[in-house]
Amino acid sequence: MGVLTMEPNQNPYLVLALLAGAAVVFALTPLLAAWAWARFFSPQKPGQDKNDTYECGLKSSGDAWIHFRSEYYLYGIIFLVFDVETIFLLPFAVSFTGLTVGAFVAMIIFLVLLMEGLVWAWRKGFLTWR
Amino acid sequence: MIDEGLKSELQKQGVYVTSLQELYNWGRANSVWPLTFGLACCAIEMMAASMSRFDLARFGAEVFRPSPRQADLMIVAGTVTKKMAPLVVRLYNQMPEPKYVIAMGACAISGGPFKQGYNVLKGIDRYLPVDVAIPGCPPRPEALIHAIMTLQEKIRNQDLTGPNRPRHLNAEIEGEYPVPAYGKHDLEPPKNPDLWNPPTMTRK
Repeated sequence: MGVLTMEPNQNPYLVLALLAGAAVVFALTPLLAAWAWARFFSPQKPGQDKNDTYECGLKSSGDAWIHFRSEYYLYGIIFLVFDVETIFLLPFAVSFTGLTVGAFVAMIIFLVLLMEGLVWAWRKGFLTWR
Repeated sequence: MIDEGLKSELQKQGVYVTSLQELYNWGRANSVWPLTFGLACCAIEMMAASMSRFDLARFGAEVFRPSPRQADLMIVAGTVTKKMAPLVVRLYNQMPEPKYVIAMGACAISGGPFKQGYNVLKGIDRYLPVDVAIPGCPPRPEALIHAIMTLQEKIRNQDLTGPNRPRHLNAEIEGEYPVPAYGKHDLEPPKNPDLWNPPTMTRK
């Protein structure tokens, strides 16, 4: 414990800084050692199959840069409107009589915002069954 | 180089001497990581060998890796169909050096009871350099353990220099073997001629 005892005029965070530095060195040393070993000593035998990304035995087919449809945001909005809103409405209803005017107005703004999302999704035709 | 007599005499006095090669091979032999790769019923015996009853962990070979990047032993456990053969070779190619192959069971050695099947490869040694072959249909877990011990002995006795040095230290040994393609009637090529040279029978 002799190392970690504090002198009276010493910054109390000095020990913490030293320990943090030691922790970083402790974590980086094996990584650097592994990198150095791979760089300077390990015999490399690269090849077409070995450098391939896919590793289940099958040849990878097609391009990884395919187009994804990003329509999930609509589900996200509908989920907020119908599900998350319920969670907030329940405590709102329970403590309705004891609420201040400010809290009431804040809650109404929140509801109006979500209602706007519903109207928006409705007008976009997302609620129509196809 | 220290001679064996002096070495054992020192060992009796509690002094252990070793060479760097022995130490290196000792480490290599006791950390053989097989690939999680089963093709047929032999794989069930392979699983049993890694479980508590047979406890492959005693030999340092229980760490079955789900990726060829981390494995250095391929246990070809089961029937290799011609449809599967390119995948087996490709997986072998993706394993890092040094790598070893155990052909487990009659099917992996020669096609076994399904040898007459139109879609059965008659032995994985047509495409891959097999180090240890285990007979049996299927071999018991003890047989697999014996094969791993045999492989360990082979690794321990490998010289790090000279013509018999391990694959990763020999730049001349190719890292990848040609992957066969699906042909019209058979795999193309049907065998790797550099690897598979069975003796031809001549009648007089």
